[in-house]
Amino acid sequence: MATMTYIEALARGMWEEMENDPSVFLIGEDIGAYGGAFKATKGFFQHFGADRVIDATLSEAAIVGASVGAALVGMRPVAEMQFADFVTCGFNQLVVNAAKTHYRWHLPLPMVVRLPTGGYIHGGPYHSASPEAWFFHVPGLKIVAPSTPYDAKGLMRSAIRDNNPVVFLEFKYLYRRIKGDVPDHPYTVEIGKGALRRPGSDITVITYGSTVHFTLEAAETLSREDGVEAMVVDLRSLAPLDRELILKVSRETGKVLIVHEDNLTGGIGGEIAALIADEAFSSLDAPVRRVGALDTPVPFSPPLEEYVLPDVQKILSAMRSLSRY
Amino acid sequence: MDLTVEHKLKVYYYLRLTRACDDAILRLYKQGKMVGGAYTGNGNEATAVGSAFALEERDYLFPMHRDLGAHLVKGQTLRHIFLQQLGRAGSLTRGRDGTGHYADPALRIYGNVSHLAAMIPVAVGVALAVRMRKEDAVVLSYIGDGGCNVGDFHEGLNMAAVMKLPFILIIENNQFAYSTPTAKQHAADRLADRGAGYGIPGVTVDGTDVLAVYEVCRTAFARARRGEGPTLIESVSMRMHGHSASDDASYVPRALLDEWKGKDPLERYTRVLTEEGILDGARAAEIEGRIDREIEEAITAAMTDPNPAPEDAAEGVFAP
Repeated sequence: MATMTYIEALARGMWEEMENDPSVFLIGEDIGAYGGAFKATKGFFQHFGADRVIDATLSEAAIVGASVGAALVGMRPVAEMQFADFVTCGFNQLVVNAAKTHYRWHLPLPMVVRLPTGGYIHGGPYHSASPEAWFFHVPGLKIVAPSTPYDAKGLMRSAIRDNNPVVFLEFKYLYRRIKGDVPDHPYTVEIGKGALRRPGSDITVITYGSTVHFTLEAAETLSREDGVEAMVVDLRSLAPLDRELILKVSRETGKVLIVHEDNLTGGIGGEIAALIADEAFSSLDAPVRRVGALDTPVPFSPPLEEYVLPDVQKILSAMRSLSRY
Repeated sequence: MDLTVEHKLKVYYYLRLTRACDDAILRLYKQGKMVGGAYTGNGNEATAVGSAFALEERDYLFPMHRDLGAHLVKGQTLRHIFLQQLGRAGSLTRGRDGTGHYADPALRIYGNVSHLAAMIPVAVGVALAVRMRKEDAVVLSYIGDGGCNVGDFHEGLNMAAVMKLPFILIIENNQFAYSTPTAKQHAADRLADRGAGYGIPGVTVDGTDVLAVYEVCRTAFARARRGEGPTLIESVSMRMHGHSASDDASYVPRALLDEWKGKDPLERYTRVLTEEGILDGARAAEIEGRIDREIEEAITAAMTDPNPAPEDAAEGVFAP
């Protein structure tokens, strides 16, 4: 067991899979000798060599497209987008080619696209994207969104071993802010399974990514100040959704809040709310509520960014209001 | 390899088969027996057949919708061509996609998607895998005079050039992208000149001359096998039919069609073989008869194949 940061755990997951399987390789911009913009691949180039840690031309379409091609003939590429925002330039390859390959051609397409995701770092409108909803709508793509170092490594290993294209959200805000215990022994975290992070019998909060940590903090305050116990669920995977867990925890308290960093309209929270309304309506004691970013681009200046994105106070206030419904 | 008499007759067979198969597809379309649209390669047969004929079995092919001849040369059966056209259960995509949009890994054929240029980076990725695994194979892909203006053309070809990958790209310059003439697609005289911008050879070839296409490809493939990287080939021909069977191509000047009719790839090659004494009327008739029988058998087999079960549509979005 070792204590490591979120980004170290992600890197550990990639490293172990590269040691295990010669068909695994990395491709992206500046990921070689430089080690990547966030240093996720620091030391990889020196250890695995230029053939397996490929400094690509500045072209997301070529990086994702070449990953599709390599995966078609049995390789297991792990592509890095320098920021999740730039995946728009590789969007066509993911949506038109990667997502439809198995359905049309009945061929496995084992590839991972890593997306350094989200705000809270004053990156402005082009370095703060939460892109999950763009891909959530597309049949054929899996999406994972770990919030802890343990899950970061476990889901990375599962994503690389999966025979489908996996969109891997990495929350930049968490890269070096959180540390956790990560076992040395080989383990994986199953794609499609959420996790209970905090037990509670009064309300249920369903979330993922950076906002898991904000929600846990808000839940402690709510317990201390109001005596209300919130159950907190971390989805960990967004596609496929853990429908069974979502319905189970919704029925247990009858009051559900969905929290995500992505903006509200057309966000994943809407689909979760619809699922709960469809299948757990008779267990509900309140309308399903949502907290997400405002429907604006993510602005640059700190007071503007803080106003737009969810934070502990906004989540706490929504939890409080729901508990009193 | 230098072409033997046997090879030359094989080239003739494939040119003729391609033309006849396209004609049969059009016929089925007009009879209302086809599912969806029909796209032919009439005028492009020499490019498709000549280029694919220079490939080895171990090489990878990424053909386009004008390249039926390349599918056939690489070993695809007529039965599978028609099963795809008709969307039947036994087709290579099990009815999930049509026309040449299939993959046949055993033959190393990976078909196009409708966003034609999007397959260029994918083909480059196969070339990357080939290099990583030290396979002795090349990857051949095609694009049109319209598709070569999409970003994927630049991004894929540039990556292949920088990495010196065994990748060859043929621009089939057939004068029209749907209804848009080349003058409205690019300001350059020669599309092959783009090669210089990527630091790779750019070659223009007469796309109605099957032997010239074969030779240019042979040279490009040999260069790729030596590890010297990609070649961009511009093959110039004329799209003699509309973009699809629903397009009467009335925007194409009559005189232009008449001019290119005189350079018909099949007739041109027939003259070459006749002059060389390889082909005569009797031999040609015998080949034609064989082709007609093969096509009829394939159509009958495809027509008797069942349609997919409707509920099968929900299956297979994800791989196990």
